[in-house]
Formats: sequence, structure tokens, C-alpha cells
Amino acid sequence: MNTAIEVKAVRRTFRVKGGLFGADRHVVAVDDISFAVPPGGVLGVVGESGCGKSTLARLILGLLPPTAGDIAVEGQRVIDMDRRARARLIQPVFQDPFASLNPLARVRDIVAMPLKAQGNIAGSEIAKRVDEMLARVGLSAEMGRRLPTELSGGQRQRVAIARALVLRPRIVVCDEPTSALDVSVQAQILNLLAELRRDLGLTYLFISHNLAVVEHVASEVAVMYLGRFVERAPTETLFRRPEHPYTKALLASVLTPEPGLGVPDVGLGDTLPDPANIPPGCRFHPRCPIAEPRCSIETPPLKPRPAGGVECLLV
Amino acid sequence: MSALLEVDQLEVNFGGRVSAVRGASVTVERGETHCLVGESGCGKSVTALAVMNLLARGARRSAKRLAFEGQDLTGLSDSGMAHLRGNAMAMIFQEPMTSLNPAYTVGSQMTEVLRRHKKTTQRAATDRAADLLARVGITAPGLRLGQFPHQLSGGLRQRVMIAMALMCDPKLLIADEPTTALDVTVQAQILRLLAGLQRDLGLGMLLITHDLGIVARVAHRVSVMYAGEVVESAPTAELFANPKHPYTRGLLRCVPVPGKIKRDEPLGSIPGTVPRIGPGFEGCAFRDRCDFADVTCAHAIPRHAASVAHDFLCRLPA
Repeated sequence: MNTAIEVKAVRRTFRVKGGLFGADRHVVAVDDISFAVPPGGVLGVVGESGCGKSTLARLILGLLPPTAGDIAVEGQRVIDMDRRARARLIQPVFQDPFASLNPLARVRDIVAMPLKAQGNIAGSEIAKRVDEMLARVGLSAEMGRRLPTELSGGQRQRVAIARALVLRPRIVVCDEPTSALDVSVQAQILNLLAELRRDLGLTYLFISHNLAVVEHVASEVAVMYLGRFVERAPTETLFRRPEHPYTKALLASVLTPEPGLGVPDVGLGDTLPDPANIPPGCRFHPRCPIAEPRCSIETPPLKPRPAGGVECLLV
Repeated sequence: MSALLEVDQLEVNFGGRVSAVRGASVTVERGETHCLVGESGCGKSVTALAVMNLLARGARRSAKRLAFEGQDLTGLSDSGMAHLRGNAMAMIFQEPMTSLNPAYTVGSQMTEVLRRHKKTTQRAATDRAADLLARVGITAPGLRLGQFPHQLSGGLRQRVMIAMALMCDPKLLIADEPTTALDVTVQAQILRLLAGLQRDLGLGMLLITHDLGIVARVAHRVSVMYAGEVVESAPTAELFANPKHPYTRGLLRCVPVPGKIKRDEPLGSIPGTVPRIGPGFEGCAFRDRCDFADVTCAHAIPRHAASVAHDFLCRLPA
């Protein structure tokens, strides 16, 4: 088996009620995406709010069925799998550790829950594995007896990571895992995630809006815009030689801590993408600084590149 | 001439139990952008709210000096303060959806500000609102004036907030994390707009952020806050080139910089978390997380000058 995650022609739409007199609208959150992640790889997915990156995460986790297409993890179709088996294979870490932990449960019980849900693990084994996992993510046994409300944001995210890894999954889907954290704590959590991936041989799908974070953790990066991967490349290539104008604009928007450079002009205009109303032709053309008339008519084909590709008529 | 905004030894307590701001001093000069930077809970937003006298009930504010254009603010009546607020001193907040009234159109909210503070007609106020919307880069301002906040995107709402803050020609603009809720591309656009307005209108700006990238790109001067204190203050270029306080140095190491990071090499990080500080705390609040701490750090800490305009709060020598 040579792929940890395999996504084939996956599409997901949502119906949005149009109100009293309006017609229902279809939001295309993920629009015919295909990719594969090798075992031990980290695919970073970047894009702005509403681009469909969280929907993609939920599809891969099996929390949402795709409207069309197939998703397999470690060679097995996600939607055909038993929930318990799926939980042993793939686990999520979400953005907000304030919302994703039960405020009434002690930390130990939160981390033990996936083991208990399996239904066939002895209590003594559960206790042992919870102890190991808490220590592994840098939480003391004393922390295990606390409630989530008594912990800081970084400590809570450690709890969320412990809960995700306690079943020893092969794949972890991280959806903006550090976006709610302060920068000093973000660094702690990123270092922990990198260490765990190395030591446990994990595969990550890592979703973030922060390009610098993605550059740090990902082996390859996909740039998502209105439901499609408009560019995908090995991390170094994407950051050194971005091709798609949207990738370039995203990179230009990163404000590095270098004084004297001022704020860059990203030149994208004010029309924000609307997934319920995807423009014809190239979906990026209304905001594209280099768009030509044909960009609003012709759909850009995927132009293959070594270990990736780009969808733009002008590159 | 006195500075535009002088904050000297500001203290803010909540219910006598939590000291949110502990002796913070910040000066904003005319035409200068001064950034207050720090992590959540360090007291930067509370400092701004204390200046505007918008603290929640139960908060106690005191300061050795708190003055706007030389005028003392601590002794000012509520109506005196209300006269300044939104007028010569304006503020914009992080989440434009919660700071705009969802039940009124953009136009009525914008003109209300002007009609409250200046003698003017509705017609003139509407014209000014349309001018300012155009000024902050909104196309079709006439259309936007008649719309409600929920009809606008996050970036447009923040532009409306900025335009509204400018209605009365403020001299001081306080911006509290104005781009934190926005996407990166929109953030860059809004910051570029703010920096341009600040320069063109000669505004004094107190910009609050947790993002050192923003600080580097827009600030003239930076004050780093930690646990309610300003632990270091310097001109921007100097702070980044020659940070003195161990907390400032630690923060700078934590920021991943594209092109300068190696995959799988650990990022710099600061162990532990920000402590919660009550009244009567003595010594350096950072000592539990600091690599250089020793027993003397539990006692009163001197403020050192690293240069004329650069000072820091640490027992280590400059």
C-alpha cells in the first residue's frame, strides 16, 4: 500500500434554503478534487475562509459523505468503514480547544473516551494508555484530574492531541490546530505535532490559513480556492516558485516580522469569493490582477508539474 | 507641546483580585503609530479601554497621568469624556459585526456620529459619510450607505468601521486587533489602508495586536506588554534589531518566517503560560518562564535604558 489518504474526484455540495420566496441555492464546497498523500507525508492545505478546506477535512474523516467521488484511507473506503475501525485509523484535531472538549469531563476521562468507545479494552489497559499518552504530550498526571476550564489554551490543545492519538491512529487531520493560540504557545504545539509525527510515523492533513505555519510543517502544499486545488506542489517549490496568481497573492500577504518593508499591495480587490455563486471560466478571475478576457470564459485545465500541478490559463 | 496621548503608570484592577494593568506607561505622539503588542491576557486591550474610559463596571482605573493633548482625562466628567470619544479620539474594534448595530443602515450609523458631535445637516453628514466610504476604498458608497451590516463582507465592515471612526476628524485613533478576524489577503488590504490614512491625515494611532509581523510593518514605535506591564519599549527598527527583554527575544524566536524556517527543525518557543497576577505581586512576572531568572528576579525590577528612546524592565544589564 503506497497511499495513506487517497481522494478521487470528490465533490460535495450543500443546499442552502433560499428563504420565503427565494429559490434554494447550491453551495459547492469541494469541487472535483483528487489527490493522494503518501504514508508519513504532511499535506498542508491553505486557503481563505469559505474555500472548502474544513469541508474537505470532514469528508476525509468520514464525518460527511461526499456527493460524488471516493475517499480511501490506508486503502479502505472511509464511508464503508465501521465507526470504531475508522477511529483506530484516522483522528481529528480541531481549531478551538475551548469548544472541542467536554467542559464537565475530567481530562483523563476525555482522553480515555476513544478507548472506552472501542468497547473491548480492559480498564487497566485504558488507564495505562491514558497515562502514557498524557506524559507523551507533556501533561502531568495532576493535569489529568482537572477540568478543561482549569487549563490554558495550549494545555487544552495538548489534551485534544492526546485524545486523537490514544488509539494510535495512522492519520491525523489537523484543522487549524494553532489558530486560537498565542504565538509562544503555537510554537510549542507545532513542535509537539512534528515530534509525534516523527516518532509515531503519522500522516497529517494539515489545514491552516497561516502560510508560515504550513511551510514549517508540510512536505507538500495545496492551495485551495472556491472548492478546488488551484496549485499543488512540494513545500519548497511552492514557496520558492509559486505559479498561480492566487498563490502569489497569498504569499505576498504574509507579513514577516521585518521592519521597514511596509504593507504589501496584494492587488486582489474587494469582491470576495462566494461558494454559492462560482464564477464561470477561471473561478479566480474576478480577483485576479493579471486576468485576461478569456479567463472569464475558458476553464483552466490542470497543468501537471513535478509532484503537483497548477490550474491557470496564463502560466 | 505635550504629546497627543500620555499614559503614565496606569493601573487597572478588576474587583480588587485581578491586576490587569500594572503601571503601564505609553506615549503616542502626533502622527505616530504606536503598537502595543503582547499575548492574550497581557492587558493591551484593557489599556485601550481604560484610555477611552470604556472599562466594564467593577474595574478600577488609576494613573499618575492620563492626558489627551495635555488635557487630564482622569478628572473628566462622563459627559466630557463622551464629547471626546468618537470625536477627537476614535476607536475601532476587532470584530466589526459586533461593533456595528445590525438594526441600522451603514449610513444612519455613520451620520449619527457626526450629528452627535458637530453642528451639521443630515445632508452634509451623508455627503461626508459617502466621501469617507470612497476614501477607505469602498466602491459604490451610495449603495453601501443604504445597506445593513449583515449585507457586507468582513473586510467591507471593517472599512465601514474605519470610515465611521474618521467621521469627526479624530486626532487619535485606537485600533484594537483591527484585522485579527479577517483573512490574510484582506488583512493586508486593511492594514495598507490604515497605514495610508494614518500618514495622509497625520493621525496618532495606538494599534493593538498580537502579531509581530503587523508591528514590524506598520509601527513607528513598539511597546511590548506582559502580564499588565510594558516590559520593553523602543522604536520599531531598534526593537527588532536589538531586543533586550528575554520575553521580547522569546516572542521573536517563536514567529515562523517564510523562507527562513527549516522543516522539522523545532521553532523557538517559550515554556509555560502567562501567569494570573493579583494585587501585591512583586518582582518580574516573566521569571517562571525565563531562562535567565535567579532569586533577585523576585524583587522589584529596575527599568533600564538601552538607548535614549529604548527602555526595558529586567534586572539584566543593557
